[in-house]
Amino acid sequence: MSLQIRINNHSLYNRHLQCLADVIESYKLWNLACSMAWLDIKLRYKGSLLGPFWMTSTSAVMIVAVGVIYGSLFKINTQVYLPYLSISFILWQNAISSMIVDSCQCFLQTDTFIRSLKLPFFLQAIRTVIRNCIMTALNSIIPFVVFIYYHRWPGSIILLTIPGICLWIINSHAICLLLGSVCTRFRDIPQIINSFIQIIYYITPIMWMPSQIQNHKTLLLTNPIYCTIQLIQGPILGEHLSIYVITGAILYSFILWIIAWVTFLRSRSRLAFWI
Amino acid sequence: MNSEKKSFIQLENLSLQFPLYHSNHRSLKKTLFSKAEKFITRKESKPQRTGAEIIYDDANRIYIQALRDINLSIPSGERIGLIGHNGAGKSTLLRAITGIYEPNTGKIITNGNIESLLDTNAGMNQILSGRENIYLRGKRLKLNNNQICILEKDVEDFAQLNEFLDLPIKTYSAGMMMRLSFGLATSITPNILLMDEWFMAGDSNFQSKARNRLASVINKAEIVVLTTHNLSIIKQWCTRVVWLKAGRIFADGKVDDIVNRYEQAMHENPF
Repeated sequence: MSLQIRINNHSLYNRHLQCLADVIESYKLWNLACSMAWLDIKLRYKGSLLGPFWMTSTSAVMIVAVGVIYGSLFKINTQVYLPYLSISFILWQNAISSMIVDSCQCFLQTDTFIRSLKLPFFLQAIRTVIRNCIMTALNSIIPFVVFIYYHRWPGSIILLTIPGICLWIINSHAICLLLGSVCTRFRDIPQIINSFIQIIYYITPIMWMPSQIQNHKTLLLTNPIYCTIQLIQGPILGEHLSIYVITGAILYSFILWIIAWVTFLRSRSRLAFWI
Repeated sequence: MNSEKKSFIQLENLSLQFPLYHSNHRSLKKTLFSKAEKFITRKESKPQRTGAEIIYDDANRIYIQALRDINLSIPSGERIGLIGHNGAGKSTLLRAITGIYEPNTGKIITNGNIESLLDTNAGMNQILSGRENIYLRGKRLKLNNNQICILEKDVEDFAQLNEFLDLPIKTYSAGMMMRLSFGLATSITPNILLMDEWFMAGDSNFQSKARNRLASVINKAEIVVLTTHNLSIIKQWCTRVVWLKAGRIFADGKVDDIVNRYEQAMHENPF
């Protein structure tokens, strides 16, 4: 038997408890989240010949084209530039950009589910994160091939990326909670985010390298996305992770989680009405 | 699982308001105001209004008062029939008990696992095949692979969709959709079963089959709450009737008593 008491209690303690219960209940259903994420990908590419590898092939073409052109514009050796571009571009495209865009639809896309079944909300966040993890993993074949081609395989140092990847996964959940809730209430936000993503793409070192603005390198630390990406790609590129990047990434994660949790606290009980 | 404890539903001073967003505020307000005015002027001549009250708060936001001050205690073993006009709040009440809508004021206390049949394609993905939807449902109920196979077999035998079970459910006719969702919903026996009225549609052959299956589920569940406009269903299945009117409980009591009053009211005011 499961005793459930639902009461509109405005006490903060109670709300924390309800949100925590939501998260715990969601993790008990991780199996469902995995199936849903997998079916999402299957459905998105249903009937297409290459399926999710369409994205991989277009990304590959893009990376080679940009790599050759910008490599000569920036006057950087392709042997250095192409491995860098392949990893940062895939991380940006799959792990950051598509993660953020998807998180806006996190609750909105499941309106029929939410209105007719009792399911914890955090489940949708897990589903979105798993879906993007799978896509990122599929696309990471590009940097893999590039690194093999240029004989730059970093070896066991690659294990140092694990903390960075974990932090990214944890933060992705927070982004889903934050943007998912806000976008459900205010339908303009997804549009705003779509245009901001473009700007962030150019101000973050994705196509250009951090070393190119040596004089203003400290400014980069104010960019949370740089910290997140650097934490993953740094070890692969054989760079030393500066203590500033690590502290920055942890600090930004804390701030993100606090904002996301407060938003979720305020909106969880109202989400069903907003959809 | 604590088998000694029995299922129950307890609602205390439950009130529920829907905020209205995402609509053209001004023009909507105008239309609602004019409608509200019409309602008020017609109210005396026509006491049987449909729909819930539309209210405005200080900031001029629009709310629909769907449920108001509901006090209801349902012990184990009762079969409740919910009756009332369209928009009286029957489905909203079921959704609130399920836990989809959280109350604005008041309490909802339930004990026991709840399964609700709210609409035919509840929680189904239109693009997925029937089989995949069964599979997802199994996962949601935390069944293991073996149990999911049993569920799949059971629904397959009942619905008899044959090769359609492997096609996306958007290709199904309304009747086929009914078969699938009815079969799926009734293959699980919850402690508390909440049903909206769709479950009695379908062709006559299916009806008798469905009736037997429904009977077995209803008899196994500890509490059943169903909404319907079909009073013969209420007379056949229910032990108690709750009559909702504009979001409030208008009457609550024995089946014959309330049904007679309801029929009389319908007769006097055929709407």
